[in-house]
Amino acid sequence: MTRQELEVLMGQVLDESLELGLEELCRMAQADEAFVVALVAEGVIEPSGATRTEWRFTGRSVCRTQVALRLHRDLDVNLPGVALALDLLEEIRRLR
Amino acid sequence: MDFKDYYQTLGVERTASADEIKRAYRKLARKYHPDVSKEPDAEARFKEVGEAYEVLKDPEKRAAYDQLGENWQAGQEFRPPPGGGGYYYSGGGPDMGGAEREFGGFSDFFEALFGRGGMAGMSDAGPRARGFNFRQAGPMRGEDQLARVQITLNDAYQGASRTLEVRGPAGDKRNIRVAIPKGVTAGQRIRLAGQGLPGANGGAAGDLFLEVDFAPHRIYEVEGRNILLTLPVTPWEAALGATINVPTLGGRVELKIPAGSQSGRRLRLKGRGLPGNPPGDQIVTLRIDTPPADSPFARTLYQEMREKVPFNPRQELEG
Repeated sequence: MTRQELEVLMGQVLDESLELGLEELCRMAQADEAFVVALVAEGVIEPSGATRTEWRFTGRSVCRTQVALRLHRDLDVNLPGVALALDLLEEIRRLR
Repeated sequence: MDFKDYYQTLGVERTASADEIKRAYRKLARKYHPDVSKEPDAEARFKEVGEAYEVLKDPEKRAAYDQLGENWQAGQEFRPPPGGGGYYYSGGGPDMGGAEREFGGFSDFFEALFGRGGMAGMSDAGPRARGFNFRQAGPMRGEDQLARVQITLNDAYQGASRTLEVRGPAGDKRNIRVAIPKGVTAGQRIRLAGQGLPGANGGAAGDLFLEVDFAPHRIYEVEGRNILLTLPVTPWEAALGATINVPTLGGRVELKIPAGSQSGRRLRLKGRGLPGNPPGDQIVTLRIDTPPADSPFARTLYQEMREKVPFNPRQELEG
């Protein structure tokens, strides 16, 4: 039997080299703008640029926003709690 | 389909109060949340717990579920009431368990009891809400999916492709082949646009996010893009210096061990780690292994050193 060849899909690595504006970040992380703005205010994600229109986020911000959103929604964790949880999760990953 | 014992899933009595149910859910949700838990079946358990809570937190749904009676056992063959979705649930609110939204749909059992309309209220749940509120007329984007893919360090060094099985909304499976770009690191996510769950009413498909994990390697450990290797050396290589052939992900290289090295000394092979901008390094940590004194000759040599080479490695410990 001939094995069907699958097309190789090229993904986008969400790393530090990826640069995104606020709107792109919201779309990619499926988050609303107010939530992202609150994450920035809390220091959970740190864009470069002074104003919202100048904000540039990295791929890492997408991952942190996604996890923040789920923790906030699923476990009812407030934003300072989300910030703490994200930092601790990263620390645990680093130690492992 | 199998009967689901939602009380058993949450570990509460059938007489549990709303507060007890909420407490049990929160505890299990924290334990099995896929972003937090390292349990191998975390996603499945989180989904089960979310489904149980979705029913038991809501008085109407709980009452409908309780009507089935107490004599059912988890896993027992269950035949849905005639008409399907017979216990249609008319209430709703923006707060619902998260398992449904991110990690796939609820069970056939849930849908047989409550129908997909059991997810009512999602349109109030903000921009995240999507996917299962079939009463919304406009196009709805499909849900994103998160999967984990384990690759080898060699895959990360050279790049590779992997065939993965992904599940659709109805449990249907399909295979996709995904390029693993070289230089990817553990914990990073790869976004595959449009490979998530299909949209509804002409809405675009969601995205598939792959979280990369490295399979343990026999000799290397990883720290970001740096590759860590513990290199055993002999006492004379450490004391006198030597050039040693060491493995790296890109092939073997010659590493100069400076004379007078001690155990634990770290030597850097610049740019020999995982590719990137900048590439990682390979960090070699020396470990001095002493040969056993298991022959008269070896014993003589050690004794001679004891007498002729004054050395106190514990000087720092002395007052």
